[in-house]
Amino acid sequence: MKPLRTLLSLFVLGGLLASAELDAQVTYDRILAADDEPENWLTYNGNYSSQRHSGLEQITRDNVDDLEMKWMLQNQTFGAWQSNPIVVDGIMYITERPNDVMAVDAVTGRVFWLYRHTPSEDASVCCGANNRGVAILGDKVFMGTLDARLIAIDAINGKPLWDIEVADVNLAYSITMAPLIIKDKVVVGVGGGEFGIRGFIAAYDAETGEEAWRFYTIPGPGEPGHDTWQGDDWEHGGAPVWITGSYDPELNLTYWGVGNPGPDWNAGQRPGDNLYSDAVVALDADTGELVWHFQFTPNDGYDYDSVQVPVLVDMDWDGRPRKLMLWANRNGYFYALDRETGEFLLGEPFVKVNWSSGLDENGRPIPTPQPAGSPTWPGNQGGTNWYPPSYSPSTGLFYFAAWENYATIYEPEDSEYRPGRFFLGGGFSVLAPVPGAPTIGIGRTTPINNWTDEVGYGAVIAMDPRSGGAAWKFRQFDVSDGGMLTTASDLLFTGGREGHFHALDAWTGELLWKASLGGQIVMAPVTFMVDGHQYVSVISGHTLVTFALRD
Amino acid sequence: MRDDGRTFARLGLLGFCAVAWLLPAAEQGHAQASGDHQYTSEDIEAGSRVYTSECALCHGANGDDVDGVNLRLGQFRSSVSDDDLRGVITTGLASARMPAFDLNSDELNGVIAYIRAGFDPSGVAVKVGDVARGQDLFEGQGDCSSCHRVNGRGPRTAPDLSDIGAVRTPAALQRAILDPITALLPINRPVRAVTRGGETIQGRRLNEDTYTVQLIDSEGRLRSLVKADLAEYEVSNTPTMEPTTLSSDQVADLIGYLLSLRGMQ
Repeated sequence: MKPLRTLLSLFVLGGLLASAELDAQVTYDRILAADDEPENWLTYNGNYSSQRHSGLEQITRDNVDDLEMKWMLQNQTFGAWQSNPIVVDGIMYITERPNDVMAVDAVTGRVFWLYRHTPSEDASVCCGANNRGVAILGDKVFMGTLDARLIAIDAINGKPLWDIEVADVNLAYSITMAPLIIKDKVVVGVGGGEFGIRGFIAAYDAETGEEAWRFYTIPGPGEPGHDTWQGDDWEHGGAPVWITGSYDPELNLTYWGVGNPGPDWNAGQRPGDNLYSDAVVALDADTGELVWHFQFTPNDGYDYDSVQVPVLVDMDWDGRPRKLMLWANRNGYFYALDRETGEFLLGEPFVKVNWSSGLDENGRPIPTPQPAGSPTWPGNQGGTNWYPPSYSPSTGLFYFAAWENYATIYEPEDSEYRPGRFFLGGGFSVLAPVPGAPTIGIGRTTPINNWTDEVGYGAVIAMDPRSGGAAWKFRQFDVSDGGMLTTASDLLFTGGREGHFHALDAWTGELLWKASLGGQIVMAPVTFMVDGHQYVSVISGHTLVTFALRD
Repeated sequence: MRDDGRTFARLGLLGFCAVAWLLPAAEQGHAQASGDHQYTSEDIEAGSRVYTSECALCHGANGDDVDGVNLRLGQFRSSVSDDDLRGVITTGLASARMPAFDLNSDELNGVIAYIRAGFDPSGVAVKVGDVARGQDLFEGQGDCSSCHRVNGRGPRTAPDLSDIGAVRTPAALQRAILDPITALLPINRPVRAVTRGGETIQGRRLNEDTYTVQLIDSEGRLRSLVKADLAEYEVSNTPTMEPTTLSSDQVADLIGYLLSLRGMQ
């Protein structure tokens, strides 16, 4: 099989063979029906429902022990590698810091081409020069950049086709998320919630880069919700969008999680609910008009971004089939919403929560702010965060990474907005058992864990969405930023900061197989199939590792 | 070859700022356990006035205007103990063009208290005694060197203290001596493991993850244990070290010695 494939790849590279070129065309219809071709991974979250559930089942609980490493790709740049691969017909598209895109042979790990965008020196990001991947449509791949540009690149030869400004880099706008393709448009959101931006989601014509619509995540004067802000707070109130959303083609609604209001930790400085910060918004995919919203954390003072992936699930609820959205939020609550209307159906805490004593019948939290100097659970990094969850239609369970028993002490103070500068409203410290003891950081930068599980520990939670309770938990010594992947063979693949890559039984949480990869795993694994072989790829530290069954 | 080095530097720096917010938890609630090992808040407040009128002109409001000296952070060119500071203030340092100051004992106490409190009027100012006497206590009556290693001498059972003066504040050292149970870092909690073969291993953790633990055992050997292979594994909340029975002056001397340990010179 190898010689034929290589030959084909050469033709694809040279653009000499019409049929090979056609193969490379990722039409909107293909993305719509992504579940029909589980050998590929066509969007950031695998399909429009964002379930990160693969129909592949060659790797099973009986043969998972036979997984072996097939190839590794080393990141040539420094810092956490949070990128999500796209895989199309044996070719993987992956980004690395700061804004490099590579086309990689998914069987050998060898690189066809590298496109390198050098972000402006004026680019500002709070938490690292991250990029979480590309989107693909037709023969183009699309990347957002740290200097808030959107670039279309030829998928065959890696040459840029258009390159537009999405927002002003000097106001500290950035793009770290992978775009989402809907029909003929590229949809993308902007980061900068620590710099006093005014967040938005925008759609661009995939052919030309021309803007089709823009939805501001903070309503302007005269718009509904504007009165949840006072004075000119709305002009620099944050509400970034830095994680890829979802899409329901039947409803023609696209769903996006919105980040924290600014300044982050001083809620008293911006009275009001601060819509649509920490909310999910449902937008008409053709016009960007708001159809409904649900706010998880009004007037947030804890940095509880709602930039989780909206996971779309169709299931029976109270005896009738319903279109649901499942959501484990950074604020420590798990939610089930009706995604046609935004109606709140269920909300239960999945970790210790003391910033709120519960949710009312509409899902609005009952606030219980802690006295100055006292710890708040969950802490600043949240009960969970942007790490992609998974839903398995087979088990009916929803899987995500949680930080257990992790708290911080917030120290709010007044901040003055200055364009392009940090706009934080104070700071925070992580609750430690002993003064001066080491604590958990935003990422893991050392192979030694000297803070221990006493500062917080990680768990994979398998949530039963009907009850809001855990079917099982898989505990880890360190906290975990690992995303989830489930397969039709009822395996759950995930990793964590310790660099262990796990295959768990999706029904029970039993550990079936593990590999110590040596670097933090901060993104979900993906799976794909080429020439009859199922592969699983995961990034650990600076290395993308691809496994398959022993031949 | 790449011309984006500056971009990297800036992005990296901003990323690092985020980590820098993760400050250690506030040190609170230990004043009552510290007894008379520290200066009073009146000393510190009086000292702040002396500092402003006498010292700030050269040392600056933040104590860092003189090269190689950061009074607020306790970084001096040669002084360690409170008496060293008294000596420098009252006799001056000709080599550094620092004049002698004619302060009465209350003013002198106050300004040292203010420095030891990190310029924080509500802070804790721990007394720091004599280095040589402290070393004698460390190796003798204090019984520290039977577990702790310094500069290549002593067992490795407890943490090596060769650079402890560079990484701990006087207040943290005082708390570790007076009330070790509240100062013991989680990673240093004693562990006890029993293998399936019946071997009992006691030691101090160096690292741990979900499946394994790395430690120095009581024989001073590096051991890596797979948890699944153990019949028992326990982490104790109680330090092996007892609260000290030394007097407050002796504790001040011991702190002085520990602060003088700055790692390999």
